[in-house]
Amino acid sequence: MTQARTFRHGIHPAEHKALTAGRLIERIAFPDEVILPLAQHIGAPSRPLAKPGDKVYRGQIIAAEGGFVSVPLHASVTGTVSAIAKHHHPNGSLADAFVIEVEQNSPQTLYDEHATDWEEMPPSALIEHIQRGGFVGLGGAAFPTHVKLAIPEGKHARWLLINGCECEPYLTSDHRIMLEWADSIFLGVRVLARILGAEKSFIAVETNKWDAIKTLVSRIPADLACELVPLETKYPQGAEKMLIKAVLDQEVPSGKLPIDVHVVVQNVGTVAGIGDFFAFGQPLIERVVTVTGPAIRRPTTLLVPIGTRLSNILEHCGGLTEDAREILFGGPMMGTPQQFLDVPILKGTSGIVCLTEEQVKSRQEYPCIRCAACLDACPIFLNPSALGSLARTARYDEMMDYNIMDCMECGSCSYVCPSNIPLVQRFRVAKGVLREKQARGKAA
Amino acid sequence: MTRRDPQFVIATPPFAKRAVDTPAIMRHVIYALVPVMIAAVYFFGVSALLLIAVCTGTCMLLEWLLTGRGNLGNSPVRDGSAAVTGILLALTLPPGLPLWMAALGSAVAIVFGKLLFGGLGQNVFNPSLTGRAFLQACFPVALTTWSPQGGLGAFLEMRGDTLALPLLRPVFDGISAATPLARMKFESEPTDLGALLFGTIPGSLGETSAILILLGGAYLGWRRFLNWRIPVGIFATVYLFASALNMIDPGRFTDGLHHLLSGGLVLGAVFMATDPVSSPVTPRGMWLFACGIGVLVILIREFGGLPEGVMYAILLMNAATPLIDRITQPGIYGAVDHRAGRGD
Ligand code: SF4
Ligand code: SF4
Repeated sequence: MTQARTFRHGIHPAEHKALTAGRLIERIAFPDEVILPLAQHIGAPSRPLAKPGDKVYRGQIIAAEGGFVSVPLHASVTGTVSAIAKHHHPNGSLADAFVIEVEQNSPQTLYDEHATDWEEMPPSALIEHIQRGGFVGLGGAAFPTHVKLAIPEGKHARWLLINGCECEPYLTSDHRIMLEWADSIFLGVRVLARILGAEKSFIAVETNKWDAIKTLVSRIPADLACELVPLETKYPQGAEKMLIKAVLDQEVPSGKLPIDVHVVVQNVGTVAGIGDFFAFGQPLIERVVTVTGPAIRRPTTLLVPIGTRLSNILEHCGGLTEDAREILFGGPMMGTPQQFLDVPILKGTSGIVCLTEEQVKSRQEYPCIRCAACLDACPIFLNPSALGSLARTARYDEMMDYNIMDCMECGSCSYVCPSNIPLVQRFRVAKGVLREKQARGKAA
Repeated sequence: MTRRDPQFVIATPPFAKRAVDTPAIMRHVIYALVPVMIAAVYFFGVSALLLIAVCTGTCMLLEWLLTGRGNLGNSPVRDGSAAVTGILLALTLPPGLPLWMAALGSAVAIVFGKLLFGGLGQNVFNPSLTGRAFLQACFPVALTTWSPQGGLGAFLEMRGDTLALPLLRPVFDGISAATPLARMKFESEPTDLGALLFGTIPGSLGETSAILILLGGAYLGWRRFLNWRIPVGIFATVYLFASALNMIDPGRFTDGLHHLLSGGLVLGAVFMATDPVSSPVTPRGMWLFACGIGVLVILIREFGGLPEGVMYAILLMNAATPLIDRITQPGIYGAVDHRAGRGD
C-alpha cells in the first residue's frame, strides 16, 4: 500500500468520531410500534399490499415496488398492521406510512430464512432478487441499488467501487460494519462483481480508519480480485465523484453518471446487507445507525429495525442533554434537521447527530470579501463567491453560466466562508428554482 | 401526533464551521503589521506614531459616523477593515507629512475608496491606495519629501511638517533625503542591498523594512489569510523582467534584486495587491493579476517619468480585476470542455 490518494480541494472539519468509533454495534430492543413510510427511497413510493388488521411477519413484503426505480417494503417486525396513515416523515413532510404494532413475546424470527444459490443465477435474476430485498443506498442517498446494477445498453462496468469513506464528521456506522462484518461485505462484493462482470473491485477507506483497513486486508478471500485503497481523510471524500477521482483518477463528465466512466459505486453498508441477504435471506429490515453528538448522553452505534421511532432510540441512548438544540438525520455537513421526535428511522438514515447551542448558533453574516477560500474548498471547482453574490440578488439565470447545476451541495464553501455567508443554502434554493423553470420549459 | 418541539431550532446544514471569520482575518492582518509599525516608529519617531494614529482614527471614525447611525454594536467598523485601510495608508506616507494631509487622505480612502462603492467587499480599488493616489495628485511635493531616519534617540523630534496647519503652505526644511529609487533613477547610484532589506534607508513609513513585511506576509500566508500566489507572482515577474532588461543593458537598467527590495514593492505586493476585495478570486486570475502588476511596475520605474510605480500598477490591475475574474473561471470537475484550465 502506498501513500493515501485523494481528490483536489475539500476541507478538514473536526471529526468527532471517537465518541462512538470504539464501541461494538449494539442491538436495540424491539419497540412497541414501528412506522414504515412508503417513500423511503429515491423514485416512486412502494404500493401497499398488506391492509390494516393484517398480521405480518418480520421480513415479509408488505408493499410492492412502485416501478422500476423503486423497491418493495418489508415488515421490519412481526406484528399487526394497525393503520396506513399520514405520519411525520424525516424529510419534513406528512407522508403515508404503515403503522405496525409489534407482537408481544414474538421470537421475531425471519419470515423466509434461506441461503440463495447465487452462483448459479444469471445476472438479471440476481438484480431482480436484490430489488426484491428492498435494497437502497445506505450511505444516505437511498437510491435503489438494483437500478445502479442494471447497466444500460451500450455501456459496461469495469470496476466496482465500494465506498467505506464515511467522510461526514461524527458518523461511524460504516466504520463499525467494516470492523465487525467483513465476511458479509466480501460475500456482497462477490455477488455484485458477478452481476456487473467487473474486472476488479476496490474498497476505499479513509486513513482515519486504519483498524478497518487492516481488518479488511487480512480478510480478503484469496480468490477475490479486490483491493483495499486507503484514501486521505478529507471531506467530501465519500462523494461518488470525489471517490472515483481519488481511486481511479477519472472524472465523471458533467451531467453524466459513474457508469459513463465504467464504474459502479456502492456503499459498504449496502454491500454488507446484500451479503447477508444472499447468506440467509434477510432483506433490508434493519440498519446500523450512529447515535452521537454532544447532546446525547450515551453515544452508541446501534442496530435498529427500520421504522423505529427517534424517541425510542434517544431513550435507549440515555436521552438528550438539557442543552440539546438540534437533531440531525445524517451528518452535520449534509444531514436533515428534525422537528419531531416521533419520526421513524428510514432505510437511508445513516446517523442521528444531536447538537447543542454551540454548533447551531447563528453567526453574524459579513459581506463577501472575495477571499477565495470557497474556491479553494469547492471539490467541483466552482466559484461559490460569484455564485453567492448572484444568488443574493436572485439572478438565478446567470448562475447557469457559473455551472450552478454541478454543485453537489456538499457545504464545503459554507464551512470555510469567513463571512458566514449561507452559500449552500442559497444554492439549494437557486437550483430548486432553476429546476422548476427547466421543467416548465419542457412542459411548454 | 406531537407538536413541533420548541427546544429545536430551525436551521440548515452544514453545522460544522471553520472558526475563522472576517473580523478575525482583519485582526490577524493588523497583528502582522505590528512589527512594521514598530519599525516605522523606531526609524521615524513620534511623527510616524502620529501619522498611523491619525490615519487609522480618521478611517474608523468616518466609517462609524457614515454607516453605524451612532450604534457601535453593529457598525461595520467593528469588522476591522477600516482600521486596516488606515494603517496601510499611513505606511505609504512619508514620515514628515503634515497630519492634516494624512487625515484628508484617509477621508478620501474610506469615503471614496470604500463607502461610496457600497462598503466592505464592494470597492473596485484598494481604498488605501485610492487615498494615497489622491494625496499624490494634490500634494506632489509633500508626498515626495523624505526625512532621513533617526534612531530611538531622535524619537521626540518631529520630522518635516507634521504639525503644519491645514492649507498653509508648508515650509519644507532642508533635511530631506533621496529614496533609493530616486537615487538610482536620477543619480544612477545604487543603495546597499542589506540596507534595503533591513530598512535603514529614507522612504515612506512602511516601505523601509522589507524583512519585517515579508515576515508578516509569510505569517498571513501560512495561516491562509492572504493568498500566496499574488506576492509570489509579483516578485517573480519583477525579478525576471528587471533581470532581463538588466542583461540587455546593465548601464541603463537596474538589476532585479535592487528592484525587488526598493520602493513600495514589498509592502505593495504583500499587503496591498493581496487585498482580497480588489484582487481576483480565481487561481489563474491571481497569477495574471500578479504578472500584470510586476510588468507595470518595471515599465513605470524604468521607462516612465516617476521613480516609483507600485501604486499605479496595483490600481490599474484593480480596475482590470472584474474582467480577469470573468475570463479565468476555473474548469469544473468533469468539464466537458477541458480547455479551461484550473491554474493551481
Ligand atoms: S469564502 Fe465567503 S467571503 Fe470568501 S470569497 Fe467565498 S463567499 Fe466570499
Ligand atoms: S456546496 Fe456546491 S459550491 Fe459549495 S463547495 Fe460544495 S459543490 Fe462547491
